[in-house]
Amino acid sequence: MRLLTLTLAATLAAGAAFANPVSYADVVFNEDGGVEASLTGVAGNPEEGANIMKAKSIGNCVACHEITALADAPFHGNVGPILDGVADRWDATQLRGILVNAKMTYEGTVMPAYFKVDGYTRPGNAYTGKAAEGPLDPLLSAQQIEDVVAFLGTLKE
Amino acid sequence: MKFKPMSAIAALALSVPTLGMADADDDTLVINGEIEIVTKTAAPAHLSDALDEIISGWHFRDDGTQAMEMDDFDNPGMLGVEAAMDVWETVDGSEGKSCASCHGDVQESMKGVKAVYPKWNEAAGEVRNLQMQFNDCRTNRMGAEAWKYDAGDAKNMEALVTSVSRGMPVNVAIDGPAQAMWEQGKELYYTRTGQLDLSCASCHEENYGNMIRADHLSQGHINGFPVYRLKDTKLTTPQGRFKGCVRDTRAETYSPGSNEFLALELYVASRGNGLSVEGPSVRN
Ligand code: HEC
Ligand code: HEC
Repeated sequence: MRLLTLTLAATLAAGAAFANPVSYADVVFNEDGGVEASLTGVAGNPEEGANIMKAKSIGNCVACHEITALADAPFHGNVGPILDGVADRWDATQLRGILVNAKMTYEGTVMPAYFKVDGYTRPGNAYTGKAAEGPLDPLLSAQQIEDVVAFLGTLKE
Repeated sequence: MKFKPMSAIAALALSVPTLGMADADDDTLVINGEIEIVTKTAAPAHLSDALDEIISGWHFRDDGTQAMEMDDFDNPGMLGVEAAMDVWETVDGSEGKSCASCHGDVQESMKGVKAVYPKWNEAAGEVRNLQMQFNDCRTNRMGAEAWKYDAGDAKNMEALVTSVSRGMPVNVAIDGPAQAMWEQGKELYYTRTGQLDLSCASCHEENYGNMIRADHLSQGHINGFPVYRLKDTKLTTPQGRFKGCVRDTRAETYSPGSNEFLALELYVASRGNGLSVEGPSVRN
């Protein structure tokens, strides 16, 4: 997947306007693990993104990351790096890639893939402990990913 | 040593401000003013490429929770031990026997037992944990019904039999006939499961000392089991805990009492070889 040419990526970006939202199988990663094309073609809403990152039942990103701008949410963890200033380190392409499947950026990372739906061992039905029934939904929808990318883009120092 | 190649730089940057909160503390655990508990020691040889030191989960709890374990009167897990003392003496089943009929004083006869379980049983040709052994005695020697796995009587008896070994070093055998099952347990420990794609090692080997939301991650040892969990207000066995941890990876769990969890119990117990038996302990 990392070997796909720029031409292919460009094709997807162009086709994105009609074929949205994309599914994981259609996502094109660049060689750094970034995803250039919007998953939906609709600009993300940073306020929604902030809510998704805080909510335990949605993104629950603060379980592992400390983010000063989200200090109103209780209990930030420190399994992952502090995300303050993350937009100075990464552009939207790379941030989208980290959310879609962080393992394409960081080999072997413990950060879950928020848009990947297959290739898991003993996938469950959410947190019931029972087997999943039918195909998995991604942890975040395509638009939710775009919302989070938009919020992360505001984290500049 | 924590092995986190991709994030070494990030982890370094982050460990500075959080060091005080995140690290295991330096308190010492003495129960009832007399039972000294080894809560930190060198990792056993089979684990030395992954960890230098093994640390009891006790060190990762707050002072209040820690204190409850230092005196049996404050340890709610001891209520289960007391209940099991009665059961130990109570005749049950067609043979008119109690545990005491065969084993006498539990303090004497059961001392040291927990330290080496789960363990290979030669006659049965299988690895057994304590609950399996209890049920073998109940069905074959007492003519009584087997206890339901992980239900009240079984957990209380596990707490009683464990309590009389407190302070003794965990010393579970991993070679000989138990080795195949130990290897299976090791494989399970390092297998990432569920849609979050995390293994036991992701949390308890790579990230112990870190916070995951409000939880302070320990090394996930079972030397303190069964544990009295303040959150559940009851005793939890190793396999009960495993079930919760696997479920939290958004995976289909194994069932307590399954062969897979028995293998995992054997393997996880062996990671704690050298720590003291500490159960029933208190955790939040
Ligand atoms: C189970 C833990 C965990 C969860 C949950 C998690 N992350 Fe991460 N994240 C990490 C780790 C660990 C890293 C560092 C990568 C590595 O080295 O493995 C990381 C890296 C990142 C980075 C790059 C940071 C940098 O400074 O370069 C971003 C951005 C990020 N995560 C965003 C998120 C968002 C947004 C969510 C939720 C939708 C999330 N993470 C959920 C563990 C997690
Ligand atoms: C998503 C993170 C995560 C994963 C994966 C995970 N655990 Fe845990 N585990 C926790 C948390 C949080 C706790 C409670 C805090 C603590 O004691 O570490 C815990 C506690 C435990 C404890 C209790 C320790 C004590 O002293 O009371 C044991 C034992 C344990 N885990 C074993 C396992 C095993 C075995 C696996 C794999 C089958 C596993 N865990 C996978 C998060 C996890």
